[in-house]
Amino acid sequence: MTPALFLIALVLLGSAAAAMLSRNLIHSALLLVGAWAGLAAFYLWAGAEFVAFAQVLVYVGAVSMVVLFAVLLTRQGATAAPVEFDSFKRMIVGLIAAGGVAGVLLGAIAGTPLAISAHPAPAAISVKALGAQLMGPHAAALLVVGVLLTVALLGAVIIAAIDQPEDPAP
Amino acid sequence: MNLETLPLQFRDWIVSLFPGALQWFVHHLLSITAILTFFGLFFAFTTIAERKLLARLQNRLGPNRSGLPWFRRLKLWGLTQPFADAIKAITKEDVVPAVADKVLHFLAPVVIVAFSLLGFAVLPFGRHLIPVELDAAILYFFAAGTATELAIFMAGWGSRNKYSLLAAMRALAQLISYELPLILSVVPVILVVGTLSTSEIALAQGGWTWGIIPHWHVFTPWGFAGFVIFLVAALAESNRSPFDLPEAESELIAGHLTEYSGFKYALFFMAEYFGLTALSGLGVTLFLGGWQAPFAFLEFIPSWLWFMTKLAGMIVFFIWIRGTLLRLRIDQLTRLAWKFLVPLALLNLGNAAFWTLTAGWTGPLVLVRWGVSAAIVIVPFLLLGRRLSAGYAPRTYRYAA
Repeated sequence: MTPALFLIALVLLGSAAAAMLSRNLIHSALLLVGAWAGLAAFYLWAGAEFVAFAQVLVYVGAVSMVVLFAVLLTRQGATAAPVEFDSFKRMIVGLIAAGGVAGVLLGAIAGTPLAISAHPAPAAISVKALGAQLMGPHAAALLVVGVLLTVALLGAVIIAAIDQPEDPAP
Repeated sequence: MNLETLPLQFRDWIVSLFPGALQWFVHHLLSITAILTFFGLFFAFTTIAERKLLARLQNRLGPNRSGLPWFRRLKLWGLTQPFADAIKAITKEDVVPAVADKVLHFLAPVVIVAFSLLGFAVLPFGRHLIPVELDAAILYFFAAGTATELAIFMAGWGSRNKYSLLAAMRALAQLISYELPLILSVVPVILVVGTLSTSEIALAQGGWTWGIIPHWHVFTPWGFAGFVIFLVAALAESNRSPFDLPEAESELIAGHLTEYSGFKYALFFMAEYFGLTALSGLGVTLFLGGWQAPFAFLEFIPSWLWFMTKLAGMIVFFIWIRGTLLRLRIDQLTRLAWKFLVPLALLNLGNAAFWTLTAGWTGPLVLVRWGVSAAIVIVPFLLLGRRLSAGYAPRTYRYAA
């Protein structure tokens, strides 16, 4: 199983690194999608079928579209133009932001007690058991996330729904 | 000789010819080969069936000239046309625009075909005939389908053509809009059956009421509503008429396909038909009883033949729709999705919940159950339909006499 993990890691890290190094924003975005797909492959390798398919459905299918639309809508006309080195200020701010995220993530990983056991991994959990868990003990979290997403969607609709009054109903 | 398990016996016989260490590999390779050859041929004959049926609907004859290479007298009603088309597509010049993004331009047709084939893996083609038995099969099916949106974007953007990019954006708006009603129309089935596994959903639709009415989901109020929403959304998801705006020849010169020629162009069409076939297969599995026979006395016919018959029926229905309806405008298209299909699908979800809660009702309460469930479908349909079409008729022409 280890060669498979190595291959997945290679694809994942390779596409993530290429996404950062690419000077073409659209290529970066598409390579990022490749990295997300690699993450889904890792979940599959780890036996988390449901999470893997959800990862593909949400990230490769939906979030990638948001990223691509954002790139196309904000960089008018210059999507193909390479991103030039801008200024030291920008670089420092970027480094601080990236470092902060890395710090939070590393702290969370280091602070979590990981039980390493010699026992074989438990059999894959059925979707039904997963659903019972989500709807039972974790129902509150699910509802909060649902409300949050609904509010975000409504906000987006309100921002987008500024009517042009000069065009009557067709 | 058991017809029901004949494909499996054949597969096991081939697998047994190989040494033990290779058997698992050969096993999966055979499943993949079977899907590729069978649905490759199915695609070929879908195209000829579509051309002939459309021709008949338009009072033409359709392609009927292609015969066999050495038997010129034998015409076979033009059934060899798809093979002639394939040879034509392969031998055509492959034109790539000078300014195109070469990598993306090449990758787009490859990605779209690869991902549109993935969905077939979880369809139960027969009682014992399912390529991959997954616990989260429906989730897998939709996850595999989402990458086609990415491929359309790659094609549109990589071509460096205004029309291609415009059409790709249109296609994305359409695909994202209709993904919602499509998935929402499937959720009631999952709610009622209580599983994401396609084989178990097909199994749950076995049996007959009074010996004649099959327990297919389409014969329940929520199932019928779900099936209709599924049909409309599936048409839109596979870019078929009347939702073929992304390829609108008259406005966008075939959209994201403008800069493609030769076999790459054919690959896009292949992916479209594969997607349509896979979605039809999912519709058959979820609503039309999967591989179940419609009557008990017809169960001697192998289950995979029933599945393929229903699948072919769905495809013919889609061709009929294409020959009948006119193309929608983009605002009509999105209005239909967001203001009509999504609310109806959400209400239908509640309907399915009601159906599950009242599963224990007996006697005259069964009639109440059916009445309430039918009312949840019909009343919002009428109200929403009336409200949405209010003010649009009679049609007024602003720029034409």
